[in-house]
Amino acid sequence: MDMLEVKDVHKSYGDLEVLKGITFSMKKGETAVIIGTSGTGKSTLLRCINQLHPPDKGEIWLDGENLTDPKIDINRIRQKIGFVFQEFNLFNHLTALRNVSIGLEKVKKMDKEKARDKALEELKRVGLKDQAKQYPAQLSGGQKQRVGIARALAMDPSIILFDEPTSALDPELIGDVLDVMKSIAHEVAMLVVTHEMGFARNVADEIIFMEGGVIVESGPPKQMFQNPKKARTREFLGRISTLYGEIEEERRR
Amino acid sequence: MESLPNLLDGLYITLILTFISLITGLILGIGLALGRVYGNKVISAICIGYIEIIRGTPLLVQLFIIYFGLPSVGIILSPIDAALLGLSLNSGAYQAEYLRGSIQSIPSGQMIAARTIGMSRLQSIKNIVLPQALRISIPAWSNELIYLLKYTSIVYIIQVRELTAEGKFIAAETFKFIEIFAIIAIIYLVLTVIFTTLIDRVEKSLRIPGIGAKEVLGQRTY
Repeated sequence: MDMLEVKDVHKSYGDLEVLKGITFSMKKGETAVIIGTSGTGKSTLLRCINQLHPPDKGEIWLDGENLTDPKIDINRIRQKIGFVFQEFNLFNHLTALRNVSIGLEKVKKMDKEKARDKALEELKRVGLKDQAKQYPAQLSGGQKQRVGIARALAMDPSIILFDEPTSALDPELIGDVLDVMKSIAHEVAMLVVTHEMGFARNVADEIIFMEGGVIVESGPPKQMFQNPKKARTREFLGRISTLYGEIEEERRR
Repeated sequence: MESLPNLLDGLYITLILTFISLITGLILGIGLALGRVYGNKVISAICIGYIEIIRGTPLLVQLFIIYFGLPSVGIILSPIDAALLGLSLNSGAYQAEYLRGSIQSIPSGQMIAARTIGMSRLQSIKNIVLPQALRISIPAWSNELIYLLKYTSIVYIIQVRELTAEGKFIAAETFKFIEIFAIIAIIYLVLTVIFTTLIDRVEKSLRIPGIGAKEVLGQRTY
């Protein structure tokens, strides 16, 4: 059975229909990457999945539960759906360690010692053990984002949603974040909105190309990159590889 | 010299009025600010109405209503209780506005992030928003303390024998107006310096890199 099922999701803001019927599914531990131009509803889709912006129509199922059911305890469900933001959104008054442990203490009601130990484990996992006592203002962008990932991981989610996790980072810091994401792939399912085509090609099990509020085409990276069925997909991927391909090559130098 | 015990009694009343009003005003202010920012339309409108009425009318008039007006509806308060009530209600409205500025200066993404790890709205406000907003408000709060200290001198008009009132009695008996009021002015000045120094210390000890100083500059509203 599929772990995540998104069925015919619609979402409008005022008169603007952003999502016009999105349907797809993901298996346990799978990594899916959503690509597409800006303003096509990629971020909205992520926010619909964890009910930050509840969909107007359609259903979202996670681990056999219907998240769009109004009677569901959304705070319990959100523990199973990690979220990593473009702008990090760390808690500025808390150290890196407390940023990770506060959810364990306050939401999972773990005792302080245990929460601390687990948070330290998660920081180790993202390579930030030595920064545990630093505040967000003392961390670089890449470090902040890795704390954001550790914060999401700590809750032991079934899936983590990434909303352009590297778009606010300096080019030389992007690699660290992508490496961490690569290292947790298949341990936890990931649904990633990104323009990092290298990551999409190498890590994703499935690539979803969205445009104008619908899924134009989806499939494994090999198929999508080498012989996409739709002309629009080919055009988009062609354009984005000329745009981003050079940057990625520069980074490798 | 024989009037010193009277001045000390007055000083004691002044300090009691200042601190109790500051603390009850803080509690009231937190409630009003949260109600205004996070409440539904009705709650928010009630909080805004309260804040604007208090800030839009003189403290003296508020004290008169409480002390001289309330007895006509059967509520009779002693002068000191009336003063405490008036100062607290007044300070609450101002503190609510300082705190609202601080709450709104915290990036909304932090609240959203708290919700994504499964915190309820209330948990997010308590654990994420308030600890930051209160820290950012400390300088404004220090100002409020000093205002309150000096505003307490107004309550001699409703028969409370605080520092200024005691001074007035002594001066009227001895005719040493300049000496007595100079001493009283110096007492207020010394208290102000002590309080600001103490709060600066508290602020420094609670300071967190990236929170405070910079954000505070933009939101002093007095």
